[in-house]
Amino acid sequence: MSEVTQNYVPGTHPDLPAPVGQRGLVLWLRTNLFSSWINTIMTFIGIYLLYLMIPPMLNWAVLDAVVNASSRAECREIGLGACWAFIGNRINILTYGFYPDEEQWRVNLAFVLLLVALVPILFDKIPFRKQGMIYSCVYPFIAMWLLLGGYGLTPVGTDEFGGMMLNTVVGVTGIVFSLPIGILLALGRQSHLPIVKTISVCFIEFIRGVPLITLLFVASTMLNYFLPPGTTFDLLLRVLIMVTLFASGYIAEVVRGGLQAIPSGQYEAANSMGLKYWQSMRLIILPQALKISIPGIVNTFIGLFKDTTLVLIIGLLDVLGIGRSSLADAKWNGLSNEVYVSIAIFFFVACFLMSRYSIYLEGKLEKGHKR
Amino acid sequence: MGETNISEAPKNAVESSAGDEDLIQLIDMHKWYGDFHVLKNINLNVKRGERIVVCGPSGSGKSTMIRCINRLEEHQKGQIIVDGIELTNDLKQIDAIRREVGMVFQHFNLFPHLTVLENCTLGPIWVRQTPKAEADATAMEYLEKVKIPEQALKYPGQLSGGQQQRVAIARSLCMNPRIMLFDEPTSALDPEMIKEVLDTMIQLAETGMTMICVTHEMGFARTVADRVIFMDGGEIIESNEPEEFFGNPQHERTQLFLSQILGH
Repeated sequence: MSEVTQNYVPGTHPDLPAPVGQRGLVLWLRTNLFSSWINTIMTFIGIYLLYLMIPPMLNWAVLDAVVNASSRAECREIGLGACWAFIGNRINILTYGFYPDEEQWRVNLAFVLLLVALVPILFDKIPFRKQGMIYSCVYPFIAMWLLLGGYGLTPVGTDEFGGMMLNTVVGVTGIVFSLPIGILLALGRQSHLPIVKTISVCFIEFIRGVPLITLLFVASTMLNYFLPPGTTFDLLLRVLIMVTLFASGYIAEVVRGGLQAIPSGQYEAANSMGLKYWQSMRLIILPQALKISIPGIVNTFIGLFKDTTLVLIIGLLDVLGIGRSSLADAKWNGLSNEVYVSIAIFFFVACFLMSRYSIYLEGKLEKGHKR
Repeated sequence: MGETNISEAPKNAVESSAGDEDLIQLIDMHKWYGDFHVLKNINLNVKRGERIVVCGPSGSGKSTMIRCINRLEEHQKGQIIVDGIELTNDLKQIDAIRREVGMVFQHFNLFPHLTVLENCTLGPIWVRQTPKAEADATAMEYLEKVKIPEQALKYPGQLSGGQQQRVAIARSLCMNPRIMLFDEPTSALDPEMIKEVLDTMIQLAETGMTMICVTHEMGFARTVADRVIFMDGGEIIESNEPEEFFGNPQHERTQLFLSQILGH
C-alpha cells in the first residue's frame, strides 16, 4: 500500500459523508439500543413494557377523562377515565386553602409580584436589573402586607392559609432565607475563631440530627414552654423559622463542600493582594464555591419544597392535607388517584422548573470559562 | 520603547542595588512545621532596587522563606521587617505589608471567574480604593507592558500558561508594589513559554523593581541578579554575586548543586 493518500493530490481530498450505517439515526439506534445481544433483548422488553403502560395511562388520564360533572356518579356515566371534574370542583380550596373568596385576588397579586421579583435575581441580562433588585428586596414586605392584611386591607389570619398557597409561602420563604444563613454557617464552621466555629458546628449537627417533623412538633407544642407565659407566637411564623433553619443546616454543608473544592492558591492570591477576609470571600471565594455548589443547593431546595407538605402533621392544611380531606366527601367517593396525581403534578412542575433553572445557571456560568 | 518607571524606586535605581536602605530584613528567622525545623537562622538583607535569585534543591525552604515575607506562612522566631514595618500578628501591619509586596505564584492563581482585566483591577479598586476608570486605565497599561492587551476581556481559562503568568505579573504590578516576590514562576510552563515570562521579568528588573525570585532558571540569574543565594536544608549556605557564585562556588554543597543543575 502506498503511504500517500491515493487518487487525490494532498490537500484536495473532499470531505465525504460517512457510510449510511455509521451516521445519524441508524448509528444512534445501533450504539444505544442494539449494540449487544443483552441490549437488544432489553430494548424489546422495554418496548413491550411501554406498550403495556402508555396506552392505558393515556386512556385514563386524557382520552376517557371527564372534565365536567358534579358528582362521582355523574362522572361514571360520562366516561370511565379520570374524573378531573373533582379537581375542577375543588380547585379553589386546593389552591387557596381557606383564604376568603373575596380576598383571593391578593394572593394572586402576591404570586404575580413574586414572579416579577424573581426575574432580576435569576436572570442577569435584563434591563433595569439594579432597580429590579431593589424591588426584590422590598418584595417580602409587600407580600406580607398583601397576604396578611392590615393597613387598608382586611386582615386574614394565618390559620386560613392552606393549599398550594401555603406550600408556596413556606417553600419560598425557606429557600430565600436559608441560603444566606447557610452560607454564614458554612463560613463560621471554617472560621479560626473557636466560639464561632463551635456554635456553627453544634447548630449544623443538631439540625441535621433531627427529622424536620420533630422540629415542626417543637415549633407547634414545645416552644411555648421556652417563652415567657402569655406570649403567643403565630404558628405559621414558627413553622417558617423551623423550616428555614432546617434547610440552612443542609445548605451549610453543601456550601462547605464547595469551599473545600477551591484550591488554596485562590486564598493565597487573595491574601497576598491585601484583600480582607470579607472582601476575599465576597469577591473571590464565594462566587467560585457557590458555582460549584449549585447542584447540591438546588437539590436541597427541591427537597425542601417537597418537605413543606409535612406541615400537615401539625395541623396546617397544605395542598396534600386539603386533598386528603376532600376525599372524605360522600359525593366524590374513591377518587384518590385523581387527587394524588394532581398534587404530584403540582410538585413535579415546581421541582422540574427549579431543576431546569439550575441547569441553565450552570451552563451560563460555564460559558465564561470555556476555551 | 522608553520604560516608564513602574515602581516607586527612585529614578537612579536602574543599575544594580542602587538603594542604600534595607527594604527587607530577615533577622535570625526560624520556622517550624510542628517539630520539623524548616527554616534555620535565616539572615537576609535586601536593599531597595536589588534583585535576588534564590536557588536550591527541593525541600530546602526557599519558597517557605519568601512566603514568610508576605505572611502566607508564619515564622515562629526572629524578625521580619518589610519597608520599616515589622511583621507580627497585627492584622493592620500584615495588610500594610501585603499592599507593598506583590507575589507571582508557580500555578498563576488567577481568579477564573473574572476576566483578565477584572483580575488586574480587583486589587486597586478594593484595596487601594482607586476609582474604576483609573484602575482600568492602569490595568490596560500594564497589560500592554506584558504584551497581551488584546486578551483583556478573556477569561484565564482561555489563555495559554505563558499568557496567564504574564497576566499574574501584570495583576501584581497594578497594585504598585515596592517589592515583587516570584515563587518558581516558570516551573509550570512549557519551554516555549518560559522565554516570554522571563523576558517580562527581565524587563521588570530593568526598571529598578526590588525582586526576590525563587527559580531554577540559571540563565536568568546570570543576566539579572545582583545576588544569588543558595539554600539547602533550611539554611542559607551561600550568597554571592552571580559571577562569583557560578564561577567560584565556595561550599561543597553549592558546587554539587551547580554541577547537577548546569550539567544537562
